[in-house]
Amino acid sequence: MASWKTITRRSFIVLGAAVVGGAAFGAYKVAEVPANPLVPVPGSVPLNPWVIINADGITVIAPRAEMGQGISTTLAALVAEELDVDWAQIRVLHGPPAQAYYNAGFVERMSNEPDYRLSKADNTPNAVLAALPKILSMQMTGGSTGAIGGFLQMRLAGAGAREALKAAAAKRLGVLPDTLKTEAGKVIGAQTFTYAELAEEAATLVPADVALRDPSTWRFVGKSMPRLDMVAKSTGTETFGIDMTLPGMKFATVRMNPKRGGPMASFDPAAALVLPGVDQVIRLGSGIAVVANNTWTAMQAAALVDIQWGPADYPADTAAMLTRIEAAFATAPDSRLRDDGDVETELGKGDVIEAEYRIPFLAHAAMEPLNATAWVKPDGAVEVWCGNQAPILTRDAIAAALRIDSAKVTLHTPSMGGGFGGRTDPVPAVLAARIAAAMPDTPIKLTYSREEDMTQDFYRPAAIARLSGRLEGGKATALWGRTAAPSATHSALGRLIGFAPPGPDRATVEGGFDQPYGLPNYRYDGHIADLTVPLGFWRSVGNSMNAFFLESFIDELAHAAKADPLQFRLDLMRDTHAPSATLLETVRDMSGWDRLKRPGFGRGVAFCYSFGTPVAEVLEVQDTPAGIKLTRAWIACDPGLAMDPSIIEAQMTGGMVYGLSAAIHGAITFDDQQVVERNFPDYDPLRMHTTPSFEVKILQNNGTFGHIGGVGEPGTPPAAPALANALFDLTGTRARELPLNRTFNLMT
Amino acid sequence: MSYSLSINGATRQIDLPGDVPLLWALRDGLALTGTKFGCGIAACGACTVLIDGQAVRSCQIPISDANGEITTIEGLGQPGALAPLQQAWVTHQVAQCGYCQSGQIMQAAALLSATPDPTDQDIDDAMQGNLCRCGTYPRIRAAIHDAAQMMKAG
Ligand code: FES
Ligand code: FES
Repeated sequence: MASWKTITRRSFIVLGAAVVGGAAFGAYKVAEVPANPLVPVPGSVPLNPWVIINADGITVIAPRAEMGQGISTTLAALVAEELDVDWAQIRVLHGPPAQAYYNAGFVERMSNEPDYRLSKADNTPNAVLAALPKILSMQMTGGSTGAIGGFLQMRLAGAGAREALKAAAAKRLGVLPDTLKTEAGKVIGAQTFTYAELAEEAATLVPADVALRDPSTWRFVGKSMPRLDMVAKSTGTETFGIDMTLPGMKFATVRMNPKRGGPMASFDPAAALVLPGVDQVIRLGSGIAVVANNTWTAMQAAALVDIQWGPADYPADTAAMLTRIEAAFATAPDSRLRDDGDVETELGKGDVIEAEYRIPFLAHAAMEPLNATAWVKPDGAVEVWCGNQAPILTRDAIAAALRIDSAKVTLHTPSMGGGFGGRTDPVPAVLAARIAAAMPDTPIKLTYSREEDMTQDFYRPAAIARLSGRLEGGKATALWGRTAAPSATHSALGRLIGFAPPGPDRATVEGGFDQPYGLPNYRYDGHIADLTVPLGFWRSVGNSMNAFFLESFIDELAHAAKADPLQFRLDLMRDTHAPSATLLETVRDMSGWDRLKRPGFGRGVAFCYSFGTPVAEVLEVQDTPAGIKLTRAWIACDPGLAMDPSIIEAQMTGGMVYGLSAAIHGAITFDDQQVVERNFPDYDPLRMHTTPSFEVKILQNNGTFGHIGGVGEPGTPPAAPALANALFDLTGTRARELPLNRTFNLMT
Repeated sequence: MSYSLSINGATRQIDLPGDVPLLWALRDGLALTGTKFGCGIAACGACTVLIDGQAVRSCQIPISDANGEITTIEGLGQPGALAPLQQAWVTHQVAQCGYCQSGQIMQAAALLSATPDPTDQDIDDAMQGNLCRCGTYPRIRAAIHDAAQMMKAG
C-alpha cells in the first residue's frame, strides 16, 4: 500500500512553504515553517508538509481522513487550483500524526453563539483561537470542518509550492519569477521545465510572498471533480485498514466486557485453544484477544472462551437509564445558551402547548467493522495501521499503552469504510498494539466482529426533551425547550484528553438553541444526566437529537395554529436569516409542496442550521399495502461557497439516508447492562427499495464570500423530523418517540 | 487440509480448515481483499461474489463447498481495464466510503447477466440485500441502468 512514508522514501522532494496569519485574500507572508513530519530523503530539504513532487506526479498530503465524505478530493482540488497541475497528475495520501496538520476549522465550532448570527466574512481564525486546536492536538476529522480548515491552508500550500518552483526556474533562466507562468505541471518561460525537474532546487527556496488566485479564475474549486478514490473504490483495489496485508501476518479478534467499563473477573481459554488454527488467547484487561491463522477461526474461538464479566457502573436496562435521564430535569441547567425575550412571562399567560419527546441511544454501524493492524518490531518500535479521526491522540494512546515514547510509534491512517464519528476513539489501535506487543515481530491484524463493533461502540446519547410554546393570533410567541441527556462531549473528551472542558455543553442543545427562528421569546436549556454509558460523536452530534425535538414541536405549533407547517416556519425565519428562509422557499418550490397533499400521501418538512450550513428537507410518504413507503425527498442546502457540487449532493443525500435509517429502525437498548442489538438485522438501515428518490439544490447565499459550511453532517438532522412530520400528515398520529417503527408500519 | 478453488480463472490452493468460509479464504488466505467483511451472517451483502455466475454471500459458503467458478471483484475488471459496470460506477461517482461497493457491483453483475435491461423494480428486488451505510442507493440505481445501456450497445 502506498503511504506517505514509502512515497517520501521513493521520491525525493517535498516542497513549498507554510504560512501563518493573513487576511482572507491577497498576499500572504511566508513565515516560520511548522516541523515537517514527512520523512526526508538524503540530499533533500523538505519544506512543506502538504505537497510532494516526483516524476510520477503530484502527491497531496491530506490533513483530514477520508471516510467517504470526499474530503481528500476537495483538499487536493484546493492545492491543484494554485499549483497549476492537471487533475490526472494528482494523487492524495493521508498525512502522519503531526501538529502541522491541525484542523483550523475546529475553532469555528468553539463558539456558543448560534452559527447563523456569526457574520464573519471568512474562516480565518484569530491568532489566539487558532492556537487552540494545536494545543489540543486536534489533527482531527470531525465537526464537518475539513473543507473549512483546508480552504486557506491547502491553497497556500499549492501557491507556496508554485512560487518556489517559479523561483527555481527563474534562477536557472536568470529572470525574475514574475516573468514566468505555470501550466499543467510545468514552469514556462524562455525554456519550459517540468515541476519534477525543478523540485529539488525549489525545495531549498522559500518564496517571500504568495498571492492566491482570484476566485473568478478557479478551475477546480467549485466544480464537480472526479473523485480521486473512485476507480479504486469501484474495482476493490482501495486499501481500507481492514485490508492490510503484511508478511507473516496473524489474524486476531477481541471480546471485551459487554458491561462497558466493567472488569473481567476470570476467563478460561481451554475450549478456544483446541480449535485448529488458533495460536493464542491473550488477556487484555477487561477482555481477551484470540490470535489465529485466519480471522474467522479467531472469531469462532473467541466465542468459546469462557469469561466471567464484572459489572458496569450504569443502570441495568434502558428503562432505568431513561429514569436517570428524566431526573436531570430536576437539576440546575448546565446551559441556557439562548434566552431571548421573557419566556416565563409569556408562557405565564396560559394556553401553553407542551410536548415531551424521547430518543434512543444510537450506534455508528459503519460498513467497515472496527479494525487495526500493528507490528511491534525487534527494536521495540511499533507500526500501526488504523483508520482514525484523530492521529495524534491515537499515536499517543498507543505509546502510553505500550509504555514507549511517541516517537517510536508510526501510525498510518488508511481510508475508512465509513466513520460517521465512530472512529475518533483510539481503542482498536491500542488493542491491536497490545496484542502485537504480546507477539513481537509478528504483524497482527485485529478485526472486530460486527457484534463486537456494535456492542463496543461509543453511542449517540439517548435523550428526553420537554418543549413548551404559546400561540397568539396564529403566531408563535414563545418557545422554551429543555433537553436532558448524558453528555457525549464529557464522555468522549474525558476518554480522549483526560478532562471535559469547563463551561456549558453546546452539544447537548445544538440544533435546539441555535436555530434562526425569530420567536420574540425563545429559551433553550440543557440538562446533563448522570449516566456513564460510553458515548461518542454521531454524525451531526447534538443536532441529530435537538432537530427532532424542535422541528417536531414547531410542526405541532403550526398544526395547533392551523397554519401550513412550511409557511409557519417561513414566517418565523424570514426576518431572522434570509438564506435560511430562501431554502424553505426552495424546497417548497422543488417539491411542489402545495400539490403534495393528496389522498394516500403525506408530506413533511424540517429544517436545521448546523455546521455552518442550513438545510431544509421535504419528504413524501405513501400508504401502500406493503406498509408506509418513503417515496420522494427534496433537499435544499446552503453551505456558502460550494466546493464540489457532486460531493455535496452525495453528502446531503447520504446524510439524509443515515438520519432516516436511524429514525425508522435505530435504537441501541440495554438489558443486564449489555447492548441488545448485535448485528444488522437488529439495527437495520434503509435499503435500495426503501430509500426515496432525491432531488438536491445547492444555494450559495449563506454568509459573505469565503464562508464554507460543512457538508458531511448537516443533511442528517432534518431527516427524522421531516419523516415524523410526514407520518403525522399521513396518519394524524404524532410520534414523539424514536425509532418510528415502534409507532408506524413502515415498509421494510 | 488443502482445498483447490477456481478463482478468477486460476486454480488456487488454500490451506485452511474446510469450514472456514470462502470470504476468509479469499481475504486472509489469498490476500484478495476486494471482497469485504460486513456482518458475517448474510445480512449485508458486502462479501458478495459470483459462483458460476450466481451472486452468493461468501461469508456463508465453507471452502469445502465452494465448488464452481468463483469470480470476485478483482476478476470483474481492473483499474486500467474497467468492466462496463465499473465504468458506470465511476461515471456516476457512486462510491462514498466505498466499502460496500465490491458487493454492490458483484450483485449488480449477477442482475445484469440474468436481466440485461432491468426495471427499477428488478433493481429493488435484486439489490435490497446489499446495505450501504453511506446511502449511495440512488447513484447505484442510476449506474446500473447506465451499465445496462452500455452493455446493450456493446
Ligand atoms: S459479510 Fe457476508 S453478508 Fe455481510
Ligand atoms: S459507500 Fe460506504 S457503505 Fe456504501
